[in-house]
Amino acid sequence: MANSLQTLQSELQELFADIPFQAEMAYNELTIVVSSAHILDVCQTLHNRFAFTQLMDLCGVDYSQYGQTDWKTKMATNTGFSRAVSKGIFKEVEDKPRFAVVYHLLSIKNNQRLRVRTFAQGEPPRIDSVIDIWSSANWYEREAFDLFGILFDGHPDLRRILTDYGFIGHPFRKDFPLSGNVEMRYDPEKKRVIYQPVSVEPRTLVPRVIRHDNRYVN
Amino acid sequence: MPEIRNYTLNFGPQHPAAHGVLRLVLELDGEVIQRADPHVGLLHRATEKLAESKPFNQNIPYMDRLDYVSMMCNEHAYVMAIEKLLGIEPPIRAQYIRVMFDEITRILNHLLWLGTHGLDIGAMTIFLYAFREREDLIDCYEAVTGARMHAAYYRPGGVYRDLPDRMPHYEKSKWHNETEVKRLNTNRQGSLLDFIEDFTKRFPQYVDEYETLLTENRIWKQRTVGIGVVSPERAQNLGFSGPMLRGSGIEWDLRKKQPYEVYDKLDFDIPIGLNGDTYDRYLVRMEEMRQSNHIIEQCVDWLRKNPGPVMVANHKIAPPKRETMKSEMEGLIHHFKFFSESYCVPEGEVYQAVEHPKGEFGIYLISDGANKPYRMKIRAPGFAHLAAMDEMAKGHMIADVVALIGTQDIVFGEIDR
Repeated sequence: MANSLQTLQSELQELFADIPFQAEMAYNELTIVVSSAHILDVCQTLHNRFAFTQLMDLCGVDYSQYGQTDWKTKMATNTGFSRAVSKGIFKEVEDKPRFAVVYHLLSIKNNQRLRVRTFAQGEPPRIDSVIDIWSSANWYEREAFDLFGILFDGHPDLRRILTDYGFIGHPFRKDFPLSGNVEMRYDPEKKRVIYQPVSVEPRTLVPRVIRHDNRYVN
Repeated sequence: MPEIRNYTLNFGPQHPAAHGVLRLVLELDGEVIQRADPHVGLLHRATEKLAESKPFNQNIPYMDRLDYVSMMCNEHAYVMAIEKLLGIEPPIRAQYIRVMFDEITRILNHLLWLGTHGLDIGAMTIFLYAFREREDLIDCYEAVTGARMHAAYYRPGGVYRDLPDRMPHYEKSKWHNETEVKRLNTNRQGSLLDFIEDFTKRFPQYVDEYETLLTENRIWKQRTVGIGVVSPERAQNLGFSGPMLRGSGIEWDLRKKQPYEVYDKLDFDIPIGLNGDTYDRYLVRMEEMRQSNHIIEQCVDWLRKNPGPVMVANHKIAPPKRETMKSEMEGLIHHFKFFSESYCVPEGEVYQAVEHPKGEFGIYLISDGANKPYRMKIRAPGFAHLAAMDEMAKGHMIADVVALIGTQDIVFGEIDR
């Protein structure tokens, strides 16, 4: 499969030479990165000419905290493991676009997989919908909208799908707290279920660490 | 003249045929469905977000709770994604054990599907039959992990432990007297492999029994033939996979086409349907059970002859033996680091799919080099299938919706995640 992917990679590179386009192979998987302006054309070509008849998956990714850790191992002191979570380290990365949409395509005819990544521009991030090419994009795009707040232009029915009716916010963004913003309880006086600010303290059980020397892998 | 409007019906979320918590808003013209709008998310637990806050190994139990009727297959995709990023390969014995339990899981899943699908459209007996065999297979889960459903058995680098030499026995209680207990324990005298082998010998006759009840049954055919027909082109466009795709006549099975673990060394066939209707998908799944049984037979045979390790010896990734931990300093450090911080996974991204009983179950994992996933996306087969509900249900009667939910093999653990 690796060989046919390399052929595909060079074919794609030739075909899309005049638009911003990157292709890389890693772990025997081919990833192409295209700009959001060209996503519809590229997808159309992939579907029609390269027989990628199936869109297996579409998901949003929030890259705003990529490579950030809770615990700088170089700064570890002799006080030892202290649940050493630095508070408020979240800062937006200005130069890089924050939201990406990742498509996983499958060609049954050629037995190939392809990953397409594109960065959605603007706030709120917008991108063209691929629903006319693959019908399966319908719910996947609704999901990416619900969880990340990415708007898909041309989607006929962009409603929330996984979160509650009337939910506020986009929970899979990295600045959305894990424990959420509101909690729900039954209020015996009002005789209905009410929302109130969340009472759970967020806590980190295992700090996030990156060990660049990979001592702990090899 | 008064305006005639379509009648809107709310189906679920509290409905036994909704297979969990499906809310279906149906627009009806008389008894004919004009539009079906599934409302999902009532079981949303943000598994993917939770996974971002936990070290890699601590997420394995979440995988069991996705599709909670095919637990080990979910784990398999996740564990293989981590292995791919780490660049490790589990020992061959672990691969055979995984394949064997994947197929046991497939039979478990298909039995539950068969029982509930039958129950939904009026066949009561099949449910009791299917659950009789499920009991035996869940006992296999229990023997190997101690848990009857949520196993957490597969680990990056292998499986948690080797197959046990002894099956758990029934004990005398106020429900089972001594003769009853003796009868129940007759095939549990040997090891787990003996028990599984005994099961594989019995199982083909059981499938024959199910087929006697259903395959030529007039009512069953009336309820399933020609219901929810999906053409091969539409099936691809809608992102179908697994038996839903094969039912439409496309020969596509990841175990054959993109083999993982030891599937390329095993002999089995892919059944496909012709018409793409509910009845064909039923036939495909029935044949898959027979094929799975055949795969299990081959695995049992291999596992008997080839003892060996079931976990990589790299203690950065797998915890050391308890004995080593107690007696050697190195072991103690490994143990402490493994359970307090876990291991860092090299930066990169992978998509790993397995042939799950319901279709293609994939894990898309992005690691930024930390000890926790940066982003994990679960590609659940049922999500794409349920999204096609509107197209499949259009023009059918309201009673057929239940047949469609059954044929899609919907489980909300994976759809809502």
